[in-house]
Amino acid sequence: MADYKDIINQYKDLPGGIIEAYHAVQREYSYIPEEAVEAAAAAFKRSKAEAYGVATFYSYLKVGKRGKNVIRICESAPCHVAGADAVIAALEKELGMKMGESTADGKFALELTECVGQCQATPVITINSKPYENVTADKVAAILTEYK
Amino acid sequence: MAEEMRIVLRNYGKIDPLKIEDYIAAGGYKALEKAKGMGQQALIDEVKKSNLRGRGGAGFNTGMKWSFSYGIKTDQKYVVCNADEGEPGTYKDRIIMENDPQSVLEGMAICGYAIGANKGYIYCRGEYPCMVEMLNKAIDQAKAKGCLGDFDIEVRMGGGAYACGEESALIESIEGNRGEPRFKPPFPPVIGLWGKPTIVNNVETFANIPAIVDKGADWYKAIGNAKYPGTKVMTLTGDITNKTFVEVPTNTSIRQVLNDFGGGVAGGKKFKAVQIGGTSGGFIPEAFLDTQLNFDDMSAIGATLGSGAFFVMDESRDIVDVVARIAKFFAHESCGKCTPCREGTMRMEEIMERVNDRHGDAADLDRMGRLGRVMTKACLCGLGQAAPSPVLTTMQHFKDEYLSKFN
Repeated sequence: MADYKDIINQYKDLPGGIIEAYHAVQREYSYIPEEAVEAAAAAFKRSKAEAYGVATFYSYLKVGKRGKNVIRICESAPCHVAGADAVIAALEKELGMKMGESTADGKFALELTECVGQCQATPVITINSKPYENVTADKVAAILTEYK
Repeated sequence: MAEEMRIVLRNYGKIDPLKIEDYIAAGGYKALEKAKGMGQQALIDEVKKSNLRGRGGAGFNTGMKWSFSYGIKTDQKYVVCNADEGEPGTYKDRIIMENDPQSVLEGMAICGYAIGANKGYIYCRGEYPCMVEMLNKAIDQAKAKGCLGDFDIEVRMGGGAYACGEESALIESIEGNRGEPRFKPPFPPVIGLWGKPTIVNNVETFANIPAIVDKGADWYKAIGNAKYPGTKVMTLTGDITNKTFVEVPTNTSIRQVLNDFGGGVAGGKKFKAVQIGGTSGGFIPEAFLDTQLNFDDMSAIGATLGSGAFFVMDESRDIVDVVARIAKFFAHESCGKCTPCREGTMRMEEIMERVNDRHGDAADLDRMGRLGRVMTKACLCGLGQAAPSPVLTTMQHFKDEYLSKFN
């Protein structure tokens, strides 16, 4: 795995590039390590508080460890009325954990999200940002095997 | 039977979006050339005359906006494309960019020429990483062909903050800050990105520009409703037979979109409500279905055109439950900068949950009415100002549903 410091340094001359740097770190790690926030503060000449404030403002970015494959389920109104609750229950059951948690083996993280812009086929989940459409409770296990 | 009219999606299904040769063969980049021959002032006048109004939701005259930046003498100006499509039930910008990215780049380059900017940014939502890749490829192709001239475009990724759809919050985010809106005035066309004049327009707005320059303002302003001419891309979701997107002239009615393109309510059920414009849009009952889909007619019935989201609910839906879910959305997405929004969205969620859980009483309706009115007036940006709209419009049009929660 590439060192987060090297990743961040690739962006340090990009004006306002701290968010791009965070995205790049997250692509590699699936999250932003706490120490990477400090490294970003140094690289972009911002206070640690500011760097932390930016990283934690955006819900797509996650500071602190989480599972490798990030499963997000949309709970916005179109998915809500299409039966997102049943999919949430199926995901929690299949993975043996609650929303916001990661599996003990570090393979999966499970999160709620707002609209991911795939409303032509609700309910929608994304795994590592790849969308799965028209998800029902009985499809969940098959989808997850791709990542096991 | 209403008919679609494709201006923004003129090349949909006709070209390979990642083959710039296709776009050029379809007449692409001729408008940019024509624009440069017109001169800046004449170009801005033409866009102004077309009466193209911002497709992001605010409905401001695009040419007028450009003129504010054009008039300022400075060393640097910017063009920003708002592709931070986060409005629940909306995916029109994705459809436009996925199928015809060059039309957006050309629109931005025309704007750049008009105001005197040589640098553009596309702020694309972080949830669309494939789109970011695609846009970068499209930009590389346009540069390699020399289509953009000296105009440079860079893609930046959003981070899943709904508040960044507001233009000054979006600018903050490009600068690498928390996406909180700025106090206005000054407005971004005067003082925007890194303190420089900046035009922020929506993807759909930019995609309209080459067609307007190509065919002229008189052609454009004769399409649809005269007060808000042109077309609008709508995305149909919820309890509707065809969950799809359509591009219709702005004199098309809600009912026409529902029935002619949407195929009516799914499963043969009866219609209860449609929420248009996204999650902050008002809920519209049957009585208003003949309203035309344009900015002013929608405002006149207390609703919005917004992003073009078209979310249908059938007779079986519990309106209060849906609105409680929406209240949670706003409490989550409030950026926290101003008190009326930060506290207001939280209290609104609290009361809506209570009512939805059958623990509320009639006095809660008065509380929400008052809170909603205060937020509409006192919140710093559009997020907080519009957040109470689903609550207020459903209390008005679907009061019985609330009362049934008190039995």
